[in-house]
Amino acid sequence: MDTLVAQLQRQFRDYTISLYHQGFLDDQFTELKKLQDECSPDFVAEVVSLFFEDCEKLIGNMARALDQTGNVDFNLVGSSVHQLKGSSSSVGAKRVKGLCVTFKECCDSQNFEGCVRCLQQVDIEYKSLKAKLQDLFSLEQQIVQAGGRIPQVDI
Amino acid sequence: MAGEIPNLAESNLRALVVDDNLVNQMMHHKLLDRLGIQNDVVCNGQEAVDVHCSGRNYDLILMDMEMPIMNGIQATKRLREMGIESKIAGVTTRAEEEERKEFMEAGLNDFQEKPLTISKLVSILHNLDFCDQT
Repeated sequence: MDTLVAQLQRQFRDYTISLYHQGFLDDQFTELKKLQDECSPDFVAEVVSLFFEDCEKLIGNMARALDQTGNVDFNLVGSSVHQLKGSSSSVGAKRVKGLCVTFKECCDSQNFEGCVRCLQQVDIEYKSLKAKLQDLFSLEQQIVQAGGRIPQVDI
Repeated sequence: MAGEIPNLAESNLRALVVDDNLVNQMMHHKLLDRLGIQNDVVCNGQEAVDVHCSGRNYDLILMDMEMPIMNGIQATKRLREMGIESKIAGVTTRAEEEERKEFMEAGLNDFQEKPLTISKLVSILHNLDFCDQT
């Protein structure tokens, strides 16, 4: 019979793989994990936390800019989208990054409805990723608390 | 990435990260740290110029292209006009040929597309003769 640690490790492994296979994360997240070490054991959580704060701030900026009915500054929206694309790319947030590409195209063509749709989708996606990564980090904590090591997961 | 991550702590290299994005600042700072390279971080091209005017000098500058106040192209030109001979590597998500050419012509020594990884940073260091390729 599996120990608790073994069960948690398997759960962690399966969940991690699913996040990649479902397109939430890409190779850049793996690169991020490589930077975590004994000197900065919470590096991934810290960067990811900063990313989500960035999402909130930028989405707020975009929403305010799009709210200026009849006088939308699409350059301003596009600038925030570019920032979000950069951050999401850096942490491996694949779906968010993909949406930013579409969003930028809508900004460039001054497609208001398209921008509004993209904004809604980006908001949903980043919140979804945030919840999933919180679950992933929670599994890590449970493994460590149960006396186990966090397994290396090859994607 | 195959092979060990090089440790350049003994080289006493100093680098400057120039990027307005907080996530990228954190990533690039850590990447350099991991390779044993001490580094400072500034938020835009103007701050990069100011830090040099204050007398600081760097072996390597990682320069983002699109930044408020003073972008990477303007900052690179300004630094070269000031006689700064540090190696400057442009790092940007904007990889269209024309934009890359304009950035290189501003005075870059190397260029890498974001997002940066350990491999890409090692490649920059190798291209700029700071280390041997592993």
